[in-house]
Amino acid sequence: MTTGGGTRTVPSLAGIANRGGQPAATLDKPVKIDVHDLSFYYGTKRALDDITIQIRQNLVTAFIGPSGCGKSTFLRTLNRMNDIIPETRVEGAVTIDGENIYAPGVDVVPLRRKVGMVFQKSNPFPKSIFENVAYGLRINALTRSKAEMSDRVEESLKQAAIWDEVKDRLNESALALSGGQQQRLCIARALAIRPEIVLMDEPASALDPIATQRIEELIYDLKKSYTIVIVTHNMQQAARVSDFTAFFWLGRLVEVDRTDKMFTAPSEKLTEDYVTGRFG
Amino acid sequence: MRKYGDLLFQIASMVTLVVALAALATLVYDIVSDGAGRLSLTFLTTFPSRKAEEAGVYHALMGTIWVIGLTAALALPIGVAAAIYLEEYGTRSRIARFIELNIANLAAVPSIIYGLLGLGLFVRLMGMGQSVMAGASTLALLALPVVILSTREALRTVPSSIREGSYALGATKWQTIWHQVLPMALPGVLTGLILALSRAIGETAPLITIGALTYIPFAPDSVWSKFTVLPIQVFNWVSRPQAEFHTNAAAAILVLLALLLSMNAVAIIVRDRYQRQERA
Repeated sequence: MTTGGGTRTVPSLAGIANRGGQPAATLDKPVKIDVHDLSFYYGTKRALDDITIQIRQNLVTAFIGPSGCGKSTFLRTLNRMNDIIPETRVEGAVTIDGENIYAPGVDVVPLRRKVGMVFQKSNPFPKSIFENVAYGLRINALTRSKAEMSDRVEESLKQAAIWDEVKDRLNESALALSGGQQQRLCIARALAIRPEIVLMDEPASALDPIATQRIEELIYDLKKSYTIVIVTHNMQQAARVSDFTAFFWLGRLVEVDRTDKMFTAPSEKLTEDYVTGRFG
Repeated sequence: MRKYGDLLFQIASMVTLVVALAALATLVYDIVSDGAGRLSLTFLTTFPSRKAEEAGVYHALMGTIWVIGLTAALALPIGVAAAIYLEEYGTRSRIARFIELNIANLAAVPSIIYGLLGLGLFVRLMGMGQSVMAGASTLALLALPVVILSTREALRTVPSSIREGSYALGATKWQTIWHQVLPMALPGVLTGLILALSRAIGETAPLITIGALTYIPFAPDSVWSKFTVLPIQVFNWVSRPQAEFHTNAAAAILVLLALLLSMNAVAIIVRDRYQRQERA
């Protein structure tokens, strides 16, 4: 991995240094997502093995681990995105605000409104910039007037720090934007329906360093209003943006702790080997 | 040695192409030299007559437009709906595979068989008589397999990232299909429709089988009117002994070709506009 030989402290980068590992005032936040003994199967293959984790409100939780360790699969169980993949099965419980989202009869539509998602590869719809953000509002009938819709679109684009770049061309195709802009548009689109939780699946892995930095700054701002869960391949990124870090390995959750502790004094040998770059 | 083999194959391919194109060119030249002189506005706007020089194709041209228009109106929604069911909602069961196989087979069934089915089902059993409705229904059956197959193909090319993006915003399956998947699949759907209608517009046998008239002195004024179409009029005229009627037949073929080409042109323009919108 990219950590470099023997690094055992939080990497420090100008501008956004040390924003992640805040030592104080993290455990007093209420639990937003409570996962208990969750296992996940693709057909008969077990991809996740008895995961138990608590994710706290208004904090950023990062999932790290080598490719194929199940971190993306786990992220997608939190808004039941895996439901659309045939022949998959879930055991255990994911409780969000006291409600098990895998209980029989749970409707995934309101769940996904509450738990938004940003994907690894930016996936704007082949429509205008405005329509991309307005889509979620339209299909969920969240606004009562055109003016209200315009306001919500503007507010979401501002929250995603892309408003200044697109305000003069809202009716142009979203596909004309650069990769980094497309990804921030997708974040704006997710925020427009006012979710409480935002899941991000390697949101910056396809972006250049400058676009990545903008996304990271954005994540830092967003946690004031949202609970954020981010999957990342990049350990420096996890160290920079997150309050809690969870390390996954072969479908198991090896360790979860405060980010500063995970990167300086992890309890598990496996975690230490991974964050210091001895494997992965 | 290998180089000569390559050259030989290249020459052989070119010869085949030239032969095929030459045959087509001869055919078109022959028809144009026979029929072009007979083409005039009067030819397009007069009814058939016993005197070859006074006969026109107004009735048959109108009949073809009515029948093909109605065929498209029937085959498009039914075909697209069937394809959506099979592709998006149908399970991968044995029955589904059996249905798929049969749709592929139906596309290859000789058209006169559809004529016999139309005669039994639409003309007799459903009491439509020898009407535009019965003719269009029969041709719609003929066009359906191609529309279904090409629509399914088009639905499959829509990237899953677009579907996931829509689901993640709390869209239902139907909203995702209607707002995202179908618009992206539209160019492919239209290509299939063009292919199917191009075949249907030249069909003679099934329409004669259901009892379309070979001589009528009026144009259809509703879907329940009796009718004839251009291929039947051509068939009628070439069976006459007088050479003047053969000239009329050649001119009628030119009208049919022009109609076919303009229909395709419209579909191609619509398709390109949608594709450009997507890529932008």
